Amino acid sequence: MKAFAELYTAIDQTTKTNAKVDALVEYFASAPETDVLWTVAMLTGKTPKRTIRSGELKEWSAEMSGLPYWIFDESYHIVGDLAETITLILPPPSSSAGYSLTETIAFLRSLDQYGDEDKKIAIQRRWDEMDTGERFVFNKLITGSFRVGVSKQLVIKALARQFKIEEDTVAHRLTGDWSPDTTTLTTLLSATGDTDSYYRPYPFYLAYQLEQPVEELGDVRDWQIEQKYDGIRGQLLVRRGELFVWSRGEELMTEKFPEFEILKDILPDGTVIDGEVLPFRDGRPLPFHLMQTRIGRKNLTKKSLQEAPLVMMCYDLLEYHGEDIRTRPMQERRALLEQVVKDANAIAAVPLLLSPVLDCKTWEEATRARETARDNNCEGLMLKHKNSPYETGRRKGQWWKWKVDPLTVDGVLLYAQRGHGRRANLYTDYTFAIWDGDELVPFTKAYSGLTDKELLQVDNWIKRNTIDKFGPVRSVKAELVFEIAFEGINRSPRHKSGVALRFPRILRWRTDKKKEDANTKDDLMKLIEMQEATR
Amino acid sequence: MLKFNDKGIYCEQADVYIDPWGQVDRAIITHAHSDHARWGSRHYLAHHYSVPVMRWRLGSGINVTGIGYGETININGVKISLHPAGHIIGSAQVRLEYRGEVWVVSGDYKLQNDHLATPFEPVRCQHFITESTFGLPVYRFPAVEVVQTEINDWCAKNTAAGKTSVIIGYALGKAQHILYGLDRSIAPIYAHGAVVNMNRTLEQSGFDFSYAKPLDYSLSKKDLQGCIVIAPPSAVGTPWLRRFDPYSIGICSGWMQLRGARRRRGVDRGFVMSDHCDWQQLNTAIKLTGAENVYVTHGYKSIYAKWLRDEMHLNATEVDTLYEGESIEGDKEEAIAENTQTGIASQESNEDQSISSPENGDAA
Ligand SMILES: [Zn+2]
Ligand SMILES: [Zn+2]
Repeated sequence: MKAFAELYTAIDQTTKTNAKVDALVEYFASAPETDVLWTVAMLTGKTPKRTIRSGELKEWSAEMSGLPYWIFDESYHIVGDLAETITLILPPPSSSAGYSLTETIAFLRSLDQYGDEDKKIAIQRRWDEMDTGERFVFNKLITGSFRVGVSKQLVIKALARQFKIEEDTVAHRLTGDWSPDTTTLTTLLSATGDTDSYYRPYPFYLAYQLEQPVEELGDVRDWQIEQKYDGIRGQLLVRRGELFVWSRGEELMTEKFPEFEILKDILPDGTVIDGEVLPFRDGRPLPFHLMQTRIGRKNLTKKSLQEAPLVMMCYDLLEYHGEDIRTRPMQERRALLEQVVKDANAIAAVPLLLSPVLDCKTWEEATRARETARDNNCEGLMLKHKNSPYETGRRKGQWWKWKVDPLTVDGVLLYAQRGHGRRANLYTDYTFAIWDGDELVPFTKAYSGLTDKELLQVDNWIKRNTIDKFGPVRSVKAELVFEIAFEGINRSPRHKSGVALRFPRILRWRTDKKKEDANTKDDLMKLIEMQEATR
Repeated sequence: MLKFNDKGIYCEQADVYIDPWGQVDRAIITHAHSDHARWGSRHYLAHHYSVPVMRWRLGSGINVTGIGYGETININGVKISLHPAGHIIGSAQVRLEYRGEVWVVSGDYKLQNDHLATPFEPVRCQHFITESTFGLPVYRFPAVEVVQTEINDWCAKNTAAGKTSVIIGYALGKAQHILYGLDRSIAPIYAHGAVVNMNRTLEQSGFDFSYAKPLDYSLSKKDLQGCIVIAPPSAVGTPWLRRFDPYSIGICSGWMQLRGARRRRGVDRGFVMSDHCDWQQLNTAIKLTGAENVYVTHGYKSIYAKWLRDEMHLNATEVDTLYEGESIEGDKEEAIAENTQTGIASQESNEDQSISSPENGDAA
C-alpha cells in the first residue's frame, strides 16, 4: 500500500502529465505484478465496490479519535471529503503493517463476511497500522470514492513505456471487461490473450473542441462536416454471430438496447460501427433526457421502449468483413459505411441511420449550419479531415468538435454555500434567481467559472451581506448579477421557477448590471417555446 | 478589563488598544503582520524585534517604543508586559493585570519551536484571547524537523534533476522559518526582493539570513539552474518564475494539510508548515493558561468556541475582529506600503489570500 499511496500522491500533487507518466512508470517497474494489475484496473475505472456505509465509517473514526460526533461533522463539512476527513481526524498509527495493495483489496472484499462489530474492529485495526498516505487511499477505497487525476491514455502510455509495447496495442488490450481476478498482467498485455477478445471494441477516437478560427483549418472541401449529436457515443460490434454495444466509457450496454438485437443476423460478421445512440422519432432526435430516463431503468417496459425508441446514428466504420480498416482515410471508410448501412436496410428496417454529411461550400455556410444545430437537438458540428485515420484517444488536428456557443441568462445571487474540497473555506456554490413579476425566484444553482480573485471578492461580499444563515447556507442581499451559461432548458414543474437548465455554469460576474436588469421567468419561457416551436 | 469595540481590543483603565484596526492614541502590537500592526496610531508599543519591521512597513516616522519579554510597564495602575508567542520573530502575548484580574491577548501564536521566534511561554490568566485559524481536529501539523527534512529531500531531488526549487512562503515569518531549516550544502539559495528586504530588516535585530542572496539580474539562467529560491505567495503563476525554468514549485502553509487547498494552488508540492497552532496546540495552550474565560477570534471561531464550551467546559465566546473578513483590504495596504517604501514590486497583494482561508491569511 505504501508504494501505491506514494504513486497516488505523486500523481495528485502534479498537474504535469510527464511527471504523472514518470511516476506510473517508476511504480510499474518496482511494484509486485498483482499490484500493478490492480493499479491498472483501478486507474482505468474498475474500482472495487464499496462495502461499508459512510455513516458507520464516520462513527468508528470519531470513536477512535475520541471526538464528539458534531465536530467530526463540522470538519467533514470544511474538508469536503469523507475519506480525507477520516484520515486526518484519526490519531497517529501505532505501527506500520506494510500490506500490499492486492492484500488490501482482498481484505476489503472479505469484509462482507464479517458481522458488524467484527467489521468495525477490523477496520479500526487497519487504520491503526497505516500512515496518512496509506489511510487516505484505503479510505477512498472503502468509501467507494477512489479517483485519480490520470487519464486512461496516460496509463496506457506508461504501460507501453515500461513493457515496451505499442501504445495502440496496449489501448486495445485494456478495453473490454477484463478483471484482475481472471487474468494476469502477462496475459492481459500479451498478444496471445487477444484470441479471446473478439468482444472488445476499438479504443475510441475523441475530438477536442476547436479553439482557433475555423478558417484556419484550410479548404472547407477537405473536411467532412456532420452534426454533433447529443446521445451516447458507442461502438456496435458484430463478431462470431454475436452483437456487442459498448459505450465510450467502455461499458458493455448491449442489454440496454434490445432494438439492436436483430443486427447480429443482418450485418456481416466482422463489422464494427462507431456512432451515437439516440432517442429518435418522426425523423428527428428527441431530447437527451428521454434516453437518460430509459437507461436508468432496471427493467425495460414496452412503454419505455415506445417513449424513447433508440437508433444508432452511424459516424464511422472501423472493421469491414473482419478487417481493421482504421488506418484507411475517412472518405474511404465513409463510403464503406454507407454501403453497409444501405445493405442492412435493404434486408430489414433496422435502427441504423447514416449521420448526414453537410454540404458546405464555404466556412460561412458551415458557421450558419452550426448556429441552427441546437434546433435539431445537436450540440454543434463535427469536423473530420477527409484523409484522417481513426485514431486512438483524444487527439488534436484531424477531428474537431465545434460546439454551439452556450445560451445565457442573467440571474441574481440569492444563496451561497461553502464549497467542498479545494474550496472548503470559500462560499463558492451559488443559487441564482430570476424575476417572476416583482418576486425573485430561485431557478438554478451554478458554480465554477469565476477567477480565484473574483471568488474571493464575492466570498468577502457574501460575508458582509448575509441576511440569514441556515446550516451551511447563507441567504444574501439581492444585489449581485451573474451571467449563467447553459446547454439546454426544459420545463420543470418541480421547480418554483418552472424551468430546469442543463449544464448551468457561471460565465461572468456582471458588475455592470443591477438586480433589476436580471432576466425574467417570461424570458426563459419564451426560450422554451421557441425551442418547442422548431421541433 | 478589556472590551472589543469598533477600533480593536480596548483597555479603558489604561486607555490603550491592542492590535487596533482603527487609528488610536496608544497601541500595543502583538506582532508586525499587517493585519495586527496597522497604520495610523499615534504611539506604538511592541517587542524590540518588531520595531524595525514596523518602521519599515508603517513608515520610519512612527512613534514606537520597544520593550523586552517579561519587562513590565505600568499605565494608570494597569501592569502590562509582553511574553513570547512563538509565532514569528518578535511576536508577543500581551498580559494586562489590574486589581488581581489578569487578561492575556495572544495575537497569533504557536507551540512548535522553529528556533527563530522565541518559544511560546504559557501565561496564567483568567481571561485569554485566542485565534482559531486552524481550530479543527483535522489540522495536526508534523514536527518542524520532519517538514524541514521533507523540504531538503525535495530540493536535493530537484537539484539532482537539474531543476530549480521554488519555495513559497510569506515574506515575514514563513520565509525565515524555511530558510533556517534549509541544508545550505544542497545548492545556492536565492530570495525574492520582498524576502531579501525583510531579511535585511530582521538583521537589524541581530538575525542572520545573509546566506539567501538577492536575485541579481547579472545572474544567468545557467547560474540559477538547480538552485533554491524563496519567494512570497504572490509570485505563484507570474512570469517572474520563467527565469527559473525548469523548476519545481512548493508551498509552505498550514492550509497544505488539506488536499483541496493544495490542488487549488496548482503547485507541485505542498509542505505542511505553519506559524499558527494546530488543534492540539490550541487545546494545550488554553489548558496551560488556566483561563476560565476564552475569547475566540479569527479562524473557525464558532466551531472552536463551541468545542471549548461543550467539551472543555470553559466560558468561551466568539468575537468579531477585523483580523478577518476585511483581510483583502488589509493586504492591499501591505502591498502599497512595501512598494512605496522599497521601490521593489513585492506583490504581497490580496492574491496571497487565495492560498489560505479568506477569513485570515497565514500571514495574519
Ligand atoms: Zn492573525
Ligand atoms: Zn500573524
